[in-house]
Amino acid sequence: MISVEHYLTVAALLFVIGIFGIFLNRKNVIVILMSIELMLLAVNINFVAFSTHLNDLAGQVFTLFILTVAAAEAAIGLAILVCFFRVRGTIAVEDINVMKG
Amino acid sequence: MELGLVISHWKVAPEAGSLLQSPTPPIDTIHNTLALGQILYSDYIYLFQIAGLILLTAMIGAIVLTLRHRTDVKRQSVVDQMQRDPADAMEVITVKPGQGL
Repeated sequence: MISVEHYLTVAALLFVIGIFGIFLNRKNVIVILMSIELMLLAVNINFVAFSTHLNDLAGQVFTLFILTVAAAEAAIGLAILVCFFRVRGTIAVEDINVMKG
Repeated sequence: MELGLVISHWKVAPEAGSLLQSPTPPIDTIHNTLALGQILYSDYIYLFQIAGLILLTAMIGAIVLTLRHRTDVKRQSVVDQMQRDPADAMEVITVKPGQGL
């Protein structure tokens, strides 16, 4: 029987993978965006797990809104990347230092 | 700290059953999707519309960020095509026999 602790463990693992994906990978912006999505999905798993565990449907509704915000964020992020690539010709992270000072 | 909370022992507060925002109806009477849709369209209708506005903003933002008018490509101009007439499109030349142009 899968209990709520198993769901929480999986969600915590996904969240840690997302954090490590951001901090270990300093080259690719797209991988950073994917890591952010991974962290959002881990939070979603937590919401659904507690929603079923506590018999409260509001958690699943909130999950839908988190998915909406994640979709909007991915769309805007990729659009910004396309714009940035047209201006600079590269999307490498170490080249994004034009905004300092 | 939260990750340690997953592994360590925890239990649901005893008064949590009375604090439910929207209790899940029993699964044998109303299916989960139906119940979710019912509270999404009744209790959370304003949040639902705000989510729609967020998606609309993301869509418009992505289009505005990535749209550009390219000037180095040939484009079709329907008005120019319809305004053409044979007088300025071709020229009739009478060529004498034995001579080139």
